[in-house]
Amino acid sequence: MDMNQYIEVFIEESKEHLQTCSEQLLVLEKNPEDLSIVNEIFRSAHTLKGMSATMGYEDLANLTHKMENVLDAIRNSQIALSPELFDVIFLAVDDLEAMVMSIAEGGDGKRNVKDVVHQLEMIEKGESPFSSTIAEIAAASAILEKKEMFAGEYDEFEWTVLQQSKDQGFNSFEISIGLREDCLLKAARVFMVFDVLEKSGEVIKSHPPVELLEEEQFDRQFMVTMVTTESGEEIKKKIMKVTEVVQVVVNALDLESMLHAANSNEDKVTEILKQESNNALLPTDNDDKKKQAPVKPASNKTIRVNIERLDILMNLFEELVIDRGRLDQISRDLDNQELHETVERMSRITSDLQTIVLNMRMVPVETVFNRFPKMVRQLARDLNKKVNLEINGAKTELDRTVIDEIGDPLVHLIRNAMDHGIETTEERLAKGKNEEGKILLKAYHSGNHVFIEIEDDGAGINKDRVLNKALSNGILTKETAATLTDKQIYELIFASGFSTAETISDVSGRGVGLDVVKNTIESLGGSVTIDSKENEGSIFLIQLPLTLSIISVMLVAIQNEKYAIPLSSIIETAIIKKADIMNAHNQQVIDYRGKVLPLLFLKDIFEVPISQEEEESLSVVIVRKGDKLAGLVVDSFIGQLEIVLKSLGNYLTSAFAISGATILGDGQVALIIDCNTLIH
Amino acid sequence: MSEDMKVIVFQIKDKEYAIPVDKVSGIEKLLHITRVPKAVKFVKGVINLRGVITPIIDLRVRFGFEEVEYDESTRIIVVILDDMEVGLIVDSANDVLDIPVESIEPQPEVVGHLASEYISGVAKIEKRLLVLINLEKALILEMTEKMLREG
Repeated sequence: MDMNQYIEVFIEESKEHLQTCSEQLLVLEKNPEDLSIVNEIFRSAHTLKGMSATMGYEDLANLTHKMENVLDAIRNSQIALSPELFDVIFLAVDDLEAMVMSIAEGGDGKRNVKDVVHQLEMIEKGESPFSSTIAEIAAASAILEKKEMFAGEYDEFEWTVLQQSKDQGFNSFEISIGLREDCLLKAARVFMVFDVLEKSGEVIKSHPPVELLEEEQFDRQFMVTMVTTESGEEIKKKIMKVTEVVQVVVNALDLESMLHAANSNEDKVTEILKQESNNALLPTDNDDKKKQAPVKPASNKTIRVNIERLDILMNLFEELVIDRGRLDQISRDLDNQELHETVERMSRITSDLQTIVLNMRMVPVETVFNRFPKMVRQLARDLNKKVNLEINGAKTELDRTVIDEIGDPLVHLIRNAMDHGIETTEERLAKGKNEEGKILLKAYHSGNHVFIEIEDDGAGINKDRVLNKALSNGILTKETAATLTDKQIYELIFASGFSTAETISDVSGRGVGLDVVKNTIESLGGSVTIDSKENEGSIFLIQLPLTLSIISVMLVAIQNEKYAIPLSSIIETAIIKKADIMNAHNQQVIDYRGKVLPLLFLKDIFEVPISQEEEESLSVVIVRKGDKLAGLVVDSFIGQLEIVLKSLGNYLTSAFAISGATILGDGQVALIIDCNTLIH
Repeated sequence: MSEDMKVIVFQIKDKEYAIPVDKVSGIEKLLHITRVPKAVKFVKGVINLRGVITPIIDLRVRFGFEEVEYDESTRIIVVILDDMEVGLIVDSANDVLDIPVESIEPQPEVVGHLASEYISGVAKIEKRLLVLINLEKALILEMTEKMLREG
């Protein structure tokens, strides 16, 4: 069978399942008593195992299988949870992720996972992968054997039914049914078995639950508990008649000893409850979990679309926008009323369409954020710090192209906050802070922008240290240093080759500085600022445009050339008289509402060939970069329009003060001015 | 058995040059070129090539010849280099030839003003002398970036 057509679906779903595993493992680590979380992880791992085996990725399937065994032992309470155990499982998930990534990149998904497999096997056997004694092994395997029979426990209702049945002379059995390995229609066999059982008595409970059995969410074995008047032997014979059933084990239920076990379980439960009531946060977490869980599988009316198809749609739509511009121009030239109306209506439809197309490309920032909890956990362990990561607004949506780029800068900033920001536990206690540091990762919309904040309650930025470092690196002179505001000092850490880390650690200071973060964000048309208070923490604020592909611009003419200036940088336009221009230090300036504004003559800066007479008044576009303003002098304003942003291609990567190009209604190319590089 | 190489033949300043046909995605008549400020001299600007912004290089300038006015016979040869599409302005282009591989000789020491590093060889077909251009070397980014820095 040709598997290529399924590979994309396989990769996507594998990633989702691994994401679920990571997320739920983190939840489980915080709520070790809640074994329903283990079930969820188990289900994801199990599905992943099945999928990878079907696709022929044996290594992937094997490792998942080993992990699954451990998870199974956890949910059957055979293994106690410990941070080390979580480390091993996280390692396994990391390996699985690497394998899936390798498959996604066209590899074979093979990877040396001997160590992890070995550790998992040790855990599964009940040995500690780190230190083990024979006694421990023996004890653990004893538990294993005992518990092998039935994993489910009975709730109050089921318990009552069992007891009442016994009083009325019914027999209670736990029956384990094994299907043939190559059984194709597992759900059908389950149905047939249930059919048989229901003719002989009543099924009280099954493991896994009936819904999962129907979805074939089980390996080859399942178990049921039933009450009947028939004998165990009779039941066994009847079930064996069902095709593809290879094994039936019938055990009579000993209600007396179960009662005993249940009592001790109850003790455990009350103990857990006590613990939970001590921690006010835990129960709410659990509630959330329960509310979310059932929503997931049902009524999911979405389809998965390949991003390439959306890109094609986007490109076609861009062509449409360009032609719309062209039509608009023609209709204005022809001055025909009917044409006007048609074009106008078409414009409205295309704007609606534009909103829809853009929305389709919107992805919740969650897809980037959800890798951070695991990263923070691991980093906290590596750095021996206590850190709590809080995520807000993960549902905030951003254009896919931005999402793809924003991951690395965020990783960098979070690492930075963990390494330089959050202090060690001792330092925090000495400062009278909560020993657990806090990082808040927040995303939200505002106007045409998306903001992402990374806030920590760590040490903040030491101004003197930054200044000294900047002076010794020659980034700054003593004279300028004295004039800087606090904010400007903080921004120095974005200068290239700047690191305040005293020692170069594994986590940061590996030559890639915050300057890379700043560059990446600015290349996306965004900006990043810092605010900090010593000993209280720092906030990094990233501002990003909603989408990169269609923007509003002001089209201007400079001699015979046309340029586009993004509206997001424009404050206003003005016509000024030549007489109002003043000179200051070889720089021509104007008085703009009481502020001295430098004038930039674009025809000189861009060396535009002169072909027209100059006029007495100047058209000025007032633009800003941060809180700095400047006036761009052009020859005339053409008007505002929506354009499709296109890159200049790989060949012209370093065009001066140009951030891209667009195609105008007449088919010509207009360059888009990058105001950020024009204002220093 | 001799192997043939299919090439596009074009003219610059009475000389004939050749590019392997598999590197060429099309030959266009002159389109409106938008100047890119402060770009290297031989980059004349960008054009809208069916929706794709394509940079345009004047091969005369690239090879150090004097510039001439573009006319009716001026052509843009669009070549694909790695993932880049680049248009080359040439005086005219009107021939596709099969040249036997063994007729290609290694580059001579000096061929006019043309820096010999841009040439991968010469081929003599009957009385015509074709100069085979090494596109990678003639257009690579390091070259343009270096020239950008040096102005």
